[in-house]
This record gives sequence, C-alpha cells and structure tokens, in this order.
Amino acid sequence: MDGLDARVPQISPRRPFRDSFATFGALAWSGFQRYATYRQATIAGSFTNIVFGFLRCYVLLAVAAGVAGGRPAGYGPEQLATFVWVGQGLLTVVSLWGWTELSDRIRSGEVTADLLRPVHPVIGYLAPDLGRAWHAMIFRFVPPLVVGLIFFDLYLPGRWFTVPLFAVSIVFAVIGSLAMRFLVNATAYWLHDARGPIMLWTLSAGVLAGLYFPLRFLPDWLAVTLWVATPFPGFLQTPLDVLIERDAAPLQAGLVVLQAVWAAVLLALCAVVQRRAERRLVAQGG
Amino acid sequence: MAELRAYAALFGGQWRSLLSYRASFIVEMITNIGGTALDVLAVLVIFQATSTVAGFTLSQGLLIVSLSSCAFALADFTVGNIDRLKTYVRTGAMDAVLVRPLGVLMQLVLMDLPLRKALRLVVGFGVLAVALTVNPIDWTPARVTLLVITPLAGAVFFASIFVLSASLAFWWVDSGEVGSAFTYGGRDFTAYPTPVYAGWFRAVFAYGLGFGFVAYQPALALLGRADPLGLPTWAGFVSPLVALVAAALAAAVWRSGIRHYRSTGS
Repeated sequence: MDGLDARVPQISPRRPFRDSFATFGALAWSGFQRYATYRQATIAGSFTNIVFGFLRCYVLLAVAAGVAGGRPAGYGPEQLATFVWVGQGLLTVVSLWGWTELSDRIRSGEVTADLLRPVHPVIGYLAPDLGRAWHAMIFRFVPPLVVGLIFFDLYLPGRWFTVPLFAVSIVFAVIGSLAMRFLVNATAYWLHDARGPIMLWTLSAGVLAGLYFPLRFLPDWLAVTLWVATPFPGFLQTPLDVLIERDAAPLQAGLVVLQAVWAAVLLALCAVVQRRAERRLVAQGG
Repeated sequence: MAELRAYAALFGGQWRSLLSYRASFIVEMITNIGGTALDVLAVLVIFQATSTVAGFTLSQGLLIVSLSSCAFALADFTVGNIDRLKTYVRTGAMDAVLVRPLGVLMQLVLMDLPLRKALRLVVGFGVLAVALTVNPIDWTPARVTLLVITPLAGAVFFASIFVLSASLAFWWVDSGEVGSAFTYGGRDFTAYPTPVYAGWFRAVFAYGLGFGFVAYQPALALLGRADPLGLPTWAGFVSPLVALVAAALAAAVWRSGIRHYRSTGS
C-alpha cells in the first residue's frame, strides 16, 4: 500500500479538468470491459437482432411493393432496408431496454454508496454507459449490418457529411437514452418499485422511437408533435433518417440539433431529479 | 390432494406479493393492455401506409393479427415467464425447484404466473371480435369449429416454443436473447400474412418451424380464400396437429434438459 494515502491529488492549475477527464475515461473503460466479458451473450443477442431484421425488413418491403410509386412516406425500398438493418444494430448501441441498475440500487439501498463517490451520480452512470455503447458499436452494430448487406440491397449515403453527422447523432441518441433510463429508474426514489414506469418506458420506447415502423408512416401532425414534444424520435428515428438521407441537408442537420437540445434538457432534468432525491433520502434517514 | 395444496400455496404467495405492491401492479396491468394494443396498432399503421400488403387488405390483416395475438396472449399468460429459466439456472434457484416433490414445469409456471398479463387476453379477443365483424365470413360448422380451435392450438404451439427456447438454458446458460427470436419473433412473424416474407426465411419460419399454421392458414380457411402460396384449403385445419407435434417435441427436449441439468455448483 506504499504511496497511497487519503490526500486528494494535486490538480494542476493549468489543466484543471485533467483529473475529471481521467476519471471519466476510466469509468467509460470499465463500462466497455464489463460488456466485453459476456462474449456468448453478445453472439446470442446479435442472432436475435438479425432474425428481427429479416422480419421487419420483409414487412416494410411488402409495404413499399404495395404503394403506388413504391415509396411509402418518401422512403425508397433500399432506404427502408437500410432503416431496418442499421436500426437493428443501433438498437443495442442506444440500449432502450433492460436497464434497471439504478432502481435496483435504490430498492436495496446501495444507492447511498453512489453519493459517497467524488463523481456526480449522473456522470457516474453516463460514463460507463458510453463505454458500453462503444462496445456495442463494435460488436453489436456491425453483424446485422453485414447480414443486411449480404441479403438485401441497402442504401449507401451520397453526401460527404452524412456519415460524420450520423456518428454525432448516435452520440446524442446514447446520451438521451441513458438520461431517459435514469429518469425512469429514478422514480424508484418515490415509488420504491419502479417496475411499472420501466414497463411503460419499455413499451413506448420502441414504438415512439421508430423501431417498429418509421414514424413518417404516421400522419404529419403526429410525427412532428412526437419530434418536437418528446425525446423519443431522437433515440432511433433521427439517426436513421440522417443516415438514409430522408430529408434535404438543412432539415437533416436540424433534426440532429433538436436531438442535442433534447439530450441537454434530459441531462439537466436528471441533475434536478437527483438533487431532489438526495434531499428525500436524507429526510428518510436511509 | 397434498400436491394440489402445495401448488395453491405457490400461487397464494404470488397473489400476496402482488397485493403488497398494488399501485405498481395496476400500472403494470394497464401497460400490459397497452402492449397488446400496440402490437395491433403497429400492424394497422403498416396497413394504412398502403392499400394492400402482399395482396391482403386491412380487414384480412386484422383477422390474421388478432388470431395470432389471441394465441400468443394465451401462451404468454400461462408459460411466458418460463424464459426466466436462464436466471434460475444461473443463480441456482433451479436446485430448490428440483428438490421439491412437485412437477418442475408446473412449479415454475406457478412461481411466476404473470397475472398482470391477464387483461392482454381481453384485448386480443376484443380485436378478434372486431375482425370477425369486418370480414364477410360464410359461416359453416367447420368454420365455427376452426375459429374455436385456432387460438387454442396456436396457444399450445406458442407455449411449446416458449418451453423449447427456455430449455436452451440447460445446455447454454448464457443463451441470452436467442429464445426471443422464436417466441417474440414468432409472434411478429404470425402477425402478418405469410406472403409478406420471402425465400428461405419464409420457408424456415412458416413451414420448417410451423408458424404459418398459427394464424395465416386458419385465416385463409375462415375467409374461404385461396392461398397465394399454393397450399390447399384444408391446410388451415392442420394447426392442432402442428401444435401437438410441437408440444411433443417441447416435452421431450424439456425432459432431456432436466436430466442434463447439473446445477451451477455455486
């Protein structure tokens, strides 16, 4: 234990954020490593994503074949195929489902340990989640895309900035999704058992984010309302629409800006909720 | 009698735990109705984007999705939670189940009967009622019988798929979501007319695994419509047979899985 003591490391006045960056990086890396250990589960999950890719792709292609002109809601068949297969890969990256870590810790009381750490709890969950997303980007995003390329004609983006914009859009989607999951889980501070809200989230997330069908299939007023008034389209529909160049360049970029605004709003909400929850936790003495 | 009392005790425990989190239960129940409603709504959105999907109209599509969702809801309500088997195997909870002198499958079902899913059935059968009124069906005794057996046979079929995919956990603890590809994937497959799909994928799911006989073939027989894929009309009446084969297979795999089970050692 030589060389370890309780002193807080001296932060260089010239580089005040160095320690924060190092901590954030270490947390993110821990998130990556955690998922890297479940190798068989990664293969199993990809298999399922691929089966659902076939199911959804055939349905949307049948819709395109049934529409006069073959472009339902302005999507060509190749765009729809890309929408489905990239969506199946992105689903695990954005990870809408199955995260109950925070609510489990609240119920068991372990959450109090989070408050003792020198990292803000929201950051403490965000950093590992970005690491997890990076792992998924390498091992879960690619397999469905490859299968899609083999069995279907996919749309390849034509504008030079589409792919970088898509990458930025994915980052906002991951941040927004984590923030939303944090908020849903945080209801456990008040309800003790967050299963109901988590289920509500599970059900609405897929449909409203555009997993089952592109949101443009809905009437215009409804699609626009969803985009502006809810963060849901930002989790899948926006990145996918950006990639398949559904809109003209300005709107394409505008959707990503909207997504960024929603991610910022949700993160701020997380901070507020966390502060109020901490006060409540003290009041309960637990 | 003692056995029945033991099963009743397992169920009673479920019931009490549910009463102690009443608000949460009500929210879950309502969201579950939403779940089935959303499955149907997704199909409606798909159908309203175009006049026909693979040659099927909206009302015909509604009949297919409602038959599929009745069958799935019945199976999901009874054995749907068996997919937690992998957790029981991983955590060792399975050992406790095996040392009791009761049927293993029955215990697992009663330990975790998803009562919150009960209202899903109501939604499923409600949509079926609507589908039957919007489709002109020429009722004969054979068709009435078919209407009664289709959801039941479909439920037995789906239940077998649930048990089969849960059994994977006996050999491959880390099987993760592979089972969902066939349970929830099968539900999605049966929700649309089979001609929507193509190639080897359709061949495997519809005929190889038998999902084509859950809702699509019976719906054709009810409507008196020829199969664009060429199967004869009586194919709609085959679904109980397909379900029996699936059930026999599931029972065999389950039994061999139980024999194969060697705890986690933890």
